[in-house]
Amino acid sequence: MTDNKQLRVSKIESGTVIDHITGGQALNVLAILGIDGTDGEVVSVGMNVPSDRLGRKDVVKVEGRELSQSELDVLSLIAPDATINIIRDYDVVEKHVVHRPDSVTGVLRCPNHNCISTEDEPVGSKFAVTDDGVRCEYCETIIREDLAAHILV
Amino acid sequence: MDQNHLISAKGLSRADIEAVLDRAGEVAADPAAAAGRHEGSLLGLLFFEPSTRTKMSFAAAVKRMGGDIVDMGPVDSSSVKKGESLADTVRVVEGYADALVMRHPSEGSARMASEFVDVPLINAGDGAGQHPSQTLLDLYTIRESAGLDDLTIGIMGDLKYGRTVHSLAYALTNFDTRQHFISPESLKLPRNVRYDLHEAGSEVKEHTDLGATLPSLDVLYVTRIQRERFPDESEYRQVAGEYQIDTDTLADASEDLRVMHPLPRVDEIGHGVDETDHARYFQQAHNGVPVRMALLDLMLGGD
Ligand SMILES: [Zn+2]
Repeated sequence: MTDNKQLRVSKIESGTVIDHITGGQALNVLAILGIDGTDGEVVSVGMNVPSDRLGRKDVVKVEGRELSQSELDVLSLIAPDATINIIRDYDVVEKHVVHRPDSVTGVLRCPNHNCISTEDEPVGSKFAVTDDGVRCEYCETIIREDLAAHILV
Repeated sequence: MDQNHLISAKGLSRADIEAVLDRAGEVAADPAAAAGRHEGSLLGLLFFEPSTRTKMSFAAAVKRMGGDIVDMGPVDSSSVKKGESLADTVRVVEGYADALVMRHPSEGSARMASEFVDVPLINAGDGAGQHPSQTLLDLYTIRESAGLDDLTIGIMGDLKYGRTVHSLAYALTNFDTRQHFISPESLKLPRNVRYDLHEAGSEVKEHTDLGATLPSLDVLYVTRIQRERFPDESEYRQVAGEYQIDTDTLADASEDLRVMHPLPRVDEIGHGVDETDHARYFQQAHNGVPVRMALLDLMLGGD
């Protein structure tokens, strides 16, 4: 229990803390950010942590890496309440919220198997972000439910 | 028009549509005036899927204006079969031609191809996506026979995979039309098309049966329901049979009803209908050449 608590509250020296992630989405957040541990960065993940605001939330801490706003905005698709703290020397130097971007490139896979973006062509997937979902810029397929299931890994 | 390319009916404003139809009307009235207007122009034909009439009518259109074609030929004899990407193919072929016409089995293929070329590209069908040049000749046919405003149209058949339907339904939102969509449950309009129609302010009225709406229609646009959309032959026969029309079906229709079809038809319109004043599908097919002449004329830089 103490270890658990320790993990949850432990401060990082520098990097990015993504808080208020929708419960259960932490691994999808890492997948979207392309963080799988193979680059050696220290990553801590807290899942289903009690939260006053969200009931349950996930928290991700990435040491030694400051994520940019455009990288983080993509997270709004699966974690719209996420808050971002950029840490330097154990201090929070910047706080951000995520905004829905106009489009996302190379993050989601089009669910239409007959879409040109799923074929061996020199283009990545490209989705326009709408009020209540995303839409493939090539075949116009709309995804509204369970965006996380369509993350390209 | 949307960056000189014609990819989707969504790229066509009412003014764009009217410009093409007006030009097509001029061409049809005086074909000789257009002869030689595009002397020396070359149209690249990239048909990754078999096509007879669309390809022939584009070829006829450019040749009637003094131009010529360069044709990739069937896929099985081309470098595509050796695994070349579509992006590479169009980048190479754009160097041979002044404009490209492409049909490809994948949705979104024309949009992607247009990102790689500077010459005008016309989508002549991308899978179950769009077929906007067909829509222009459909609109021309509707305009000359029924008028495009204050129109009630029924669109029937395979609305899910029917690219001519997707393009036509969207283009019609530029006009004062009431659209009824008649199809089996399993072949209803796809979500993205319904979404676009709603966004364009159009009320989407969907039916599984033609009966109740038929008497109110000015135009009935019939499309083919294909065998491969059904798991087995008997289900196909049963469902498709409910969306076939003949002279008996049309007994309840207005005397002025025009029946259209993008062709080829199989058995969805009985041959008895051919002899009636309702039949407009052969005229519709003939309109393909003047409308594509007008389209090419505008895209190749007509005055
Ligand atoms: Zn797609």
